[in-house]
Amino acid sequence: MDQAFVQRENRLIIAHIYFATIALMVGASFGLFQALSRASWLHLPSWFDYYRMLTAHGVLNALVFTTFFICGLATLMVYRAIPRNRSLTIGWLAFWVMAIGSAMAAVSILSGSASVLYTFYAPLKASPWFYIGATLLVVGTWIVLVDLTGNALWFGRNHPGERLPLVVHGSVTTFVMWFIATLGVAAEMLFFLIPWSLNLVPTVNVMFTRMLFWYFGHPLVYFWIMGAYLIWYNIVPRLYNGRVFSDSLTRLTFILLLLLSTPVGLHHEFMDPGISSDWKWVHTMTTYGVVIPSILTAFAVFASFELAAQRAGIKGFLATIAWLPWKNPAFSGPALGMLLFIFGGLGGVINASYAMDTIVHNTMWIVGHFHVTVGGPVALSFLGVSYWLIPRLTGRKLWAPGLALAQTYAWFVGMMIMSTAMHWAGILGSPRRTDEVSYFGSTTAAVWMPEMHWAAIGGSILFLSILMFVAVAAGTLFTPKTETDPIVFATVEPEALVTSPLLDRIGVWAVVAVVFAFLAYAGPVHDLIAAHPYGAPGMRTW
Amino acid sequence: MHKSEHAWMIFSIVTLVVFLGIMGVAALHDDIAPPSHMQIIDPTKVAQTAPFDKPGLHQTGAHQYDDYVIAHIFSFQPSTITVPVGSTVTFYATSPDVVHGFFIPNTAVNLMVIPGWVSEETHTFRTAGTYLLLCNEYCGAGHHFMYGSVEVQ
Repeated sequence: MDQAFVQRENRLIIAHIYFATIALMVGASFGLFQALSRASWLHLPSWFDYYRMLTAHGVLNALVFTTFFICGLATLMVYRAIPRNRSLTIGWLAFWVMAIGSAMAAVSILSGSASVLYTFYAPLKASPWFYIGATLLVVGTWIVLVDLTGNALWFGRNHPGERLPLVVHGSVTTFVMWFIATLGVAAEMLFFLIPWSLNLVPTVNVMFTRMLFWYFGHPLVYFWIMGAYLIWYNIVPRLYNGRVFSDSLTRLTFILLLLLSTPVGLHHEFMDPGISSDWKWVHTMTTYGVVIPSILTAFAVFASFELAAQRAGIKGFLATIAWLPWKNPAFSGPALGMLLFIFGGLGGVINASYAMDTIVHNTMWIVGHFHVTVGGPVALSFLGVSYWLIPRLTGRKLWAPGLALAQTYAWFVGMMIMSTAMHWAGILGSPRRTDEVSYFGSTTAAVWMPEMHWAAIGGSILFLSILMFVAVAAGTLFTPKTETDPIVFATVEPEALVTSPLLDRIGVWAVVAVVFAFLAYAGPVHDLIAAHPYGAPGMRTW
Repeated sequence: MHKSEHAWMIFSIVTLVVFLGIMGVAALHDDIAPPSHMQIIDPTKVAQTAPFDKPGLHQTGAHQYDDYVIAHIFSFQPSTITVPVGSTVTFYATSPDVVHGFFIPNTAVNLMVIPGWVSEETHTFRTAGTYLLLCNEYCGAGHHFMYGSVEVQ
């Protein structure tokens, strides 16, 4: 039986995982209606329109689900790697600030006063409650950062000469990156959108808010990916008696993501006026820099597979793949997510090239891309690892493990069908974020309608998969208490390289990251200010 | 193990250099650049500001046209233009209200239309037919009604 303080910590982590699950479930049911509506198989009533649901789907799935899960995961990793009888006040404070903020944003969306989508581009003017709620969600994550950093500093004081545990390094680096990135959206909210939505200022600087949003918006996706990487490096090897391939490579990956996540946001604004093509080119180059930590991770994951297989006497590529525990949903989830990430990575390389982005910008291609990334490696890793975490956190046996296994494969099949159809529809020209895409019998639109049907079929399979996950997650709460294994993270291969202590200086790297962000944005921000753009009054157009 | 690790590092860096090299040639040698027009306009006075006080198609030379488009909720003004095959059209678009998109599928005309700014892109229509023009950025309840066409005859 775990010690009492471990059980208290577990309750906090369980709260995060189940809050994330509820957000996923509610958001995904809206996703199903959208897929059916776009296929023209369902007509949505005006009292519950497509755009309101699209906003709820994006906010609940892309922002609330991911943020709660990553906060829970990172907190768990730091708490378990640094065992001590700690106060959980700060952990619960973060949880409740995030929960209240999410609820405020969700209520204002569902009541119809914030149909501004999850990018909330000004001058679409939502209720102030939406902006304040979203800001509270961000502030809650800052409290998590304080908690994680506080524990890491405590470790340093009490274990002089010891290396910062690998999971603590990854978790803290993830949240430091997140803090630097969220300063952008916090500035957008506090200095622009909230005063403007409260009618304290008459107009809003549209291009400036867009730039602040994307300063935050792209690192947001690396925040998700870093959550998945924490799982791939530190938990997945536990499922096949493997180890972390290399301590130094893992730490280097997280530090590179800290440095390279922020100075890239303009690649979301390639088609915008008011930003010179020179700066767009600079951000293209920095965006491609993320290729390095991605390829390093692909290498480390496969090297860990291979070394573990060799220890078990297995040799050869196919034999190694076949040897892996494909019947364990905690493995099949993240592993199938890795397969989806291949398509996500290829699509991302295309989007980051501004010539090719001209063809796919704001088409369904982009929707396919982020579903196969945040809905692929990220969500499938989170769901898969939940099958490993929930029994250990609750002290109960996993309910219906066969259903859990089927859930991961159903997700993979559904996502392959849906994202492939979306990518293809985008190349044919189908716009994203649009309720009705038949354009009243246009022959151009007729070409992409079959793809929308396939997307609806894939989306329906995905929804079934989420129902299966919710059934297992809820069912496990009612199985009898049992003796479960403690949560232990993967250890490093003994032959791994000795890590340079430089990689543990997260604070120093954070300063470098801020300098990179400044260099990438000082020019475009200066150009915007020098242009003296007019403000826009904004309105509610829904 | 150390050797493979380093080899892979070098592979990833070479990949990066190759990607950027190809794009660098396209950007710097072939002069392929994204739309980055820097012109501002008062969004509350679009209809009174030249040239958007006379929106529509203006011939500027043999097979050369300028099209000044106001993108507003929930239509383009003008929503349809007609040009002969082989025409080169420079589109100028702006918005008096919220952010819109200006997208002609099967061409490289794909612009964000931002209130306060003028977006610009040029395209030569070499094949006859009806080109769909649509708003590809969410702009409100009637977003999916916001479309038009370029008739190339």
